[in-house]
Amino acid sequence: MTRPTPETLAHSVRRARPATEPAADAEHAPAPRNGAAPAAPAVRQPAPAQVSGAGSLVRSLEALGVDVVFGIPGGAILPAYDPLYDSTVRHILVRHEQGAGHAATGYAQATGKVGVCIATSGPGATNLVTPIADAYMDSVALVAITGQVARPSIGTDAFQEADIQGITLPITKHNFLVQTAEEIPQVLAEAFHLASTGRPGPVLVDIPKDVLQAPTTFAWPPTLDLPGYRPTLHPHGKQIREAARLMTGARRPVLYVGGGVLKAGATEGLRRLAELTGIPVVTTLMALGAFPDSHPQHLGMPGMHGTVAAVYGLQKADLIVALGARFDDRVTGKLDSFAPDATVVHADIDPAEIGKNRHADVPIVGDARHVIDELITAVTTEKSAHPAIDLGDWWTQLDDLRKRYPLGYEEPADGTLSPQYVIKRLGEIAGPDTIFVAGVGQHQMWASQFISYEKPYTWLNSGGLGTMGYAVPAAMGAKVGKPDTVVWAVDGDGCFQMTNQELATCALEGIPVKIAVINNGNLGMVRQWQTLFYGERYSNTELGTHKHRIPDFVKLAEALGCVGLRCENAADVDKTIEAAMAINDAPVVIDFVVGKDAMVWPMVAAGTGNDEIMFARGVRPAFDEDEI
Amino acid sequence: MTLHTLSVLVENKPGVLARVSGLFSRRGFNIDSLAVGETENPDVSRITIVVNAESSPLEQVTKQLNKLVNVLKIVELDSQVSVARELLLVKVRADRTARAQVLETVNLFRARVVDVAPDTLTIEATGTPDKLDALLRDLEPFGIKEMVQSGTVAIGRGSRSITAGPALRAA
Repeated sequence: MTRPTPETLAHSVRRARPATEPAADAEHAPAPRNGAAPAAPAVRQPAPAQVSGAGSLVRSLEALGVDVVFGIPGGAILPAYDPLYDSTVRHILVRHEQGAGHAATGYAQATGKVGVCIATSGPGATNLVTPIADAYMDSVALVAITGQVARPSIGTDAFQEADIQGITLPITKHNFLVQTAEEIPQVLAEAFHLASTGRPGPVLVDIPKDVLQAPTTFAWPPTLDLPGYRPTLHPHGKQIREAARLMTGARRPVLYVGGGVLKAGATEGLRRLAELTGIPVVTTLMALGAFPDSHPQHLGMPGMHGTVAAVYGLQKADLIVALGARFDDRVTGKLDSFAPDATVVHADIDPAEIGKNRHADVPIVGDARHVIDELITAVTTEKSAHPAIDLGDWWTQLDDLRKRYPLGYEEPADGTLSPQYVIKRLGEIAGPDTIFVAGVGQHQMWASQFISYEKPYTWLNSGGLGTMGYAVPAAMGAKVGKPDTVVWAVDGDGCFQMTNQELATCALEGIPVKIAVINNGNLGMVRQWQTLFYGERYSNTELGTHKHRIPDFVKLAEALGCVGLRCENAADVDKTIEAAMAINDAPVVIDFVVGKDAMVWPMVAAGTGNDEIMFARGVRPAFDEDEI
Repeated sequence: MTLHTLSVLVENKPGVLARVSGLFSRRGFNIDSLAVGETENPDVSRITIVVNAESSPLEQVTKQLNKLVNVLKIVELDSQVSVARELLLVKVRADRTARAQVLETVNLFRARVVDVAPDTLTIEATGTPDKLDALLRDLEPFGIKEMVQSGTVAIGRGSRSITAGPALRAA
């Protein structure tokens, strides 16, 4: 570290290249998924033209292949809305800027393209802060465009002025304050390049009103000038060979798969690598769908509410191969006691993730697709030289855990509707082609546990930031990006009340999302913690959606231009879901009135180690330590 | 904890210093001293940061710095093979009775007097932080009325240059 390493040198190479240079961009672009176009600058080349800065902005978006943006106009961004009126870019007028940000995020996560949101200066921009932070934590390719007060007014506390560049410094991959109209195409091209390549992330472009109004010449393609930015995509051969040697020599290996595998479009390769090695797989909350839930090698999700087999698999492993995962505290539990016997191979495109939380014995910097492809080759070579260790004993232990401690739930003793049952049936009836979008809380965990994810990009949620209110707008964005796919939001009654106004947008713009409100009348996850850790003192978690039926979600849905349905008992669950599935010309909201006492199990309580996992309240799994 | 001197080469653009310094505070690092200036290439600025940290968290902060798009290159300068200097300006009470003694101290440390008033002398000194500390200790008994210190600037010894190479030539 004390000397310029190849890594630091790589960052220092000054490179200037046209935005459309095909070789370079093809390298950086995420894998096209399901026919989605690459997110990097497209190869449309409009002729130079005299336009305003605003015109240059809209033309840049067109040239970048943007088909939809989510936003709300306002004073400082108003010039941009005039050329947008005539543009091929579809603008979806949301009801709150937070909705625009999450919609762009949902769009990006469902399609693999860059999501774009627009807001005005001041409060418009600050309302984007939550979705930007959310996209930063979950590494989503998001470009946020904000209006700013005119340059002479900057720094004067002008009306609707906020230093959004300063505010978003810690929550963006990079941000720009545009100084001249001439630089707009270049900044936009750089913003899209930064957002979508390397470790994806949000990029904010703040444009003063007078810059939007200034006359300029629009020319495309611009030249990117990012001398300090060159992500390492191809892993080091020596590290790959070392990883392959460990993978064929370990007795208790686990593949720990994170969201990076989805971002890199590496799910096919992951399956081949898993089947080639026979190594058990765990997928994190951000990676559900990266490896089919039904695959016999899949142990499930690790972490605070993971399966016993996945948590124990990692905990007792002698080798953990982390692919695009970041040893988040929700996965590791108490870090000091996490996987004490494991040698760690850590592959990530972001060098700063490697060794951040857990020391990596074999660090691999690279794009997950390249890493996995090269691991397949190296493991094949290794296996031809000497046979891999037999994993029979390891699988016997894990299978035993899976059999003894499967995911499950008890029917509520008070006869109320079980939330887990509702979510399980929703998954079964809607099927594996459906995109499920969750809010944050108990319903999110149940949706991760009781819906089977067989295909990539069918599970969207707010993992890192844990943003309540994510589901409705993100589902809207996903549906816009994948209009032919059924999109179900699984939301809680707390979450739903944070962002449901976007249903008006869905109703008016023809975006028929379906929302299952798992309504337990409470802030359920917080209540669960009060039950377990605060002596059942339920301070401020009762929402009144049961007791007073305020709001009445059916009436609320109808008021927002949606179809509203209600289901209060198990017998009606299937037919209510089927009724919602039959409606394709309007958004549908189902108010599932469920019991308030259901809890999410298994659970590793915050601050404890994974060895302390509880299978149910007061039930610790019995592990035969001698086996391991 | 030990002191580490990082030379961070960055694009000479508005706001880059805020990105760098903000990252230190955000990740819980205390900056001991910081100095910024242009390099021989006007497009490139050089930030010298002295930070008090263990090597493992320092590696993390270096990696995080490298992720900043405007950061071009980071080199840690080992004190054994680099030259580090600070600048000190200090206003010392030096009336007629004390003046000769103050001037003697100034000469011993090869410092310079840059301003004279009837009852004070303003002294300029450059050197390593150790040398400047020693000077201040010797001046203290006379009465220090005001002082200002720059951050450390540092450069590697020998003919090698960290700004050499195609990476950092003018765009």
